[in-house]
Amino acid sequence: MSALISPRLRARSDQDWPGHRLLVREPLRLDCGIDFGPFTIAYQTYGTLNPDRSNAVLVCHALSGDQYVADPHPITGKPGWWETMVGPGLVLDTDRFFIVCANVLGGCMGTTGPQDINPETGEPWALSFPVITVHDMVRAQQRLLDHLGIDSLFCVTGGSMGGMQVLQWAASYPERVFAAVPIAAAARHSAQNIAFHEVGRQAIMADPDWAGGRYLSLGRQPIRGLAVARMAAHITYLSEAALHRKFGRNLQDRHAVTYGFDADFQVESYLRHQGSTFVDRFDANSYLYITRAMDYFDLAIEHGGSLSSAFKGTHSRFCIISFTSDWLFPTSESRELVHALNAAAANVSFVEIETDNGHDAFLLHEPELFETLRGFLSGCAEHRGLTRSW
Amino acid sequence: MIAVSNRSSALNFGCAEVHPRALDSAPGELRRDLRLIAEMIDPGARVLDIGCGDGALLAHLVRHKNVDGRGMELSQSGVNSCVGHGLSVIQGDADRDLEAYPTGAFDVVVLSQTLQATRQPRKVLETLVRIGRRAIVSFPNFGFWRIRLHLLFCGRMPMSHLLAHPWYETPNIHLCTIRDFVAMCDEIGVRVERSVTLDRYGQPYSLDPRGSLANLLAEQGVFVLSENRGETNAAAQAVGRRI
Repeated sequence: MSALISPRLRARSDQDWPGHRLLVREPLRLDCGIDFGPFTIAYQTYGTLNPDRSNAVLVCHALSGDQYVADPHPITGKPGWWETMVGPGLVLDTDRFFIVCANVLGGCMGTTGPQDINPETGEPWALSFPVITVHDMVRAQQRLLDHLGIDSLFCVTGGSMGGMQVLQWAASYPERVFAAVPIAAAARHSAQNIAFHEVGRQAIMADPDWAGGRYLSLGRQPIRGLAVARMAAHITYLSEAALHRKFGRNLQDRHAVTYGFDADFQVESYLRHQGSTFVDRFDANSYLYITRAMDYFDLAIEHGGSLSSAFKGTHSRFCIISFTSDWLFPTSESRELVHALNAAAANVSFVEIETDNGHDAFLLHEPELFETLRGFLSGCAEHRGLTRSW
Repeated sequence: MIAVSNRSSALNFGCAEVHPRALDSAPGELRRDLRLIAEMIDPGARVLDIGCGDGALLAHLVRHKNVDGRGMELSQSGVNSCVGHGLSVIQGDADRDLEAYPTGAFDVVVLSQTLQATRQPRKVLETLVRIGRRAIVSFPNFGFWRIRLHLLFCGRMPMSHLLAHPWYETPNIHLCTIRDFVAMCDEIGVRVERSVTLDRYGQPYSLDPRGSLANLLAEQGVFVLSENRGETNAAAQAVGRRI
């Protein structure tokens, strides 16, 4: 497998990457009790903020995502991860909305994370970086919105961990959220999902190049461990049906099995490719920290064990979206969320989209997703009094 | 397969002899029984429409009565279409997904042509009057004379435009007559505030729902219900007779 992984060390040239940077000077009180800061938030915006600042949409990215929603990734050159959704005339219409997406706290695309230099030691933070939570990510985004002068978001949306941030926003800062659209998400991370994350983290930590997290100081990179973590995780983003449809038992560039441990099967080759390309753009310690943030996410616990009280008195309009073949964040979790919102008498829509694309469906071309979300947003825009032109 | 909405516009008319006037209203116009229900709802009310189908009633109420409207529908395509049209609708069914709502969450809860498709109609009804200050329930009357005659003379399971499915694939697993329904309301202490019986053209009859004539002549019944807070149904019976 090592031959497949390009051992390109991740250059920390993030100052050259396109996009905005905000230096937050006032420290942030994190859930773990630490006052963290100053720190940097890297973010992208698309479209124009209208004069009454009522058309802002916050897009929250998932575990392996970043702020490059709709423009090429500065490292891989690949199209933005939600180019199907964000753009002129698209569902998140940049002619109509002002779209903001920030790299999460603890991330590795410009926002302060464990690969950055701890000013006190002059060394990368590595494992001395504080453990952050989804709520901390949202607190950081709040600072960004304050800076941008956006008091109230027209909509906050995102898939997977992005959906967790959406729920956190809606629960903790309801007055700033007009509409909330968590996609393929849940109000807490399940035992199974924690288990998969633990496999990924152990793969990273088992790599000798991880070196107790100090790999950057030593000029090393735990690319094998990170690649295995990504491979394992990637399986959970797909579905059995999608894997069968894409690969079946097809062999990779050969007519017969080789009676060895090369990537005989296309699915193996595909996963190795996923692993090897991931290490070029992602930091291993960031992966540890962000997966941990997801594991800790449990909205009910924050509210005395009752999920509905997390949304008590909310005036936000919710649209919960799940996918039939998503077994990582299954529909049952969304339904639980819907019940909690109903118990809080919230204004909620709930749609399950039929697809075999698994959890990753939120990133893919799913016409029904687009259509539903477009309708929901125009209904919301009408209620908000957002006209098409200003 | 609970609470499948029977409100899709493409009903399969099993009975060849159904009068054309019994068909749904012209496109864009609200079906007659839904129009009647809409008239019973006050402007600005908080409304939950269970089995809301393609959202016709909900859209009408939101547009013309400025209600705070929510919907619930089992069919995925129905839900997606409703949400795609800006309505607040969740995918769910009456048997499973009503419990979570708090008591008195809505001014009006509508269950139109869906009760007979629920697994536990009695429990559903109790929940309706708990979560809504009022519940409006409409259902096909299995005591309707055409249905009785159909069974008597044809010896086959009756089908009509309200009961459009053959026996082997009908979602309607708990059919009842108007008298059955009223008896159940009495039994569980649900107050009948108002009732309207409709003929096969959707025209209201002025008949006492407790009388055998209504049970024979009405093709469907529309009932306004509420939780019985100590009063007997005698007062309600009087109300019923006045209609």
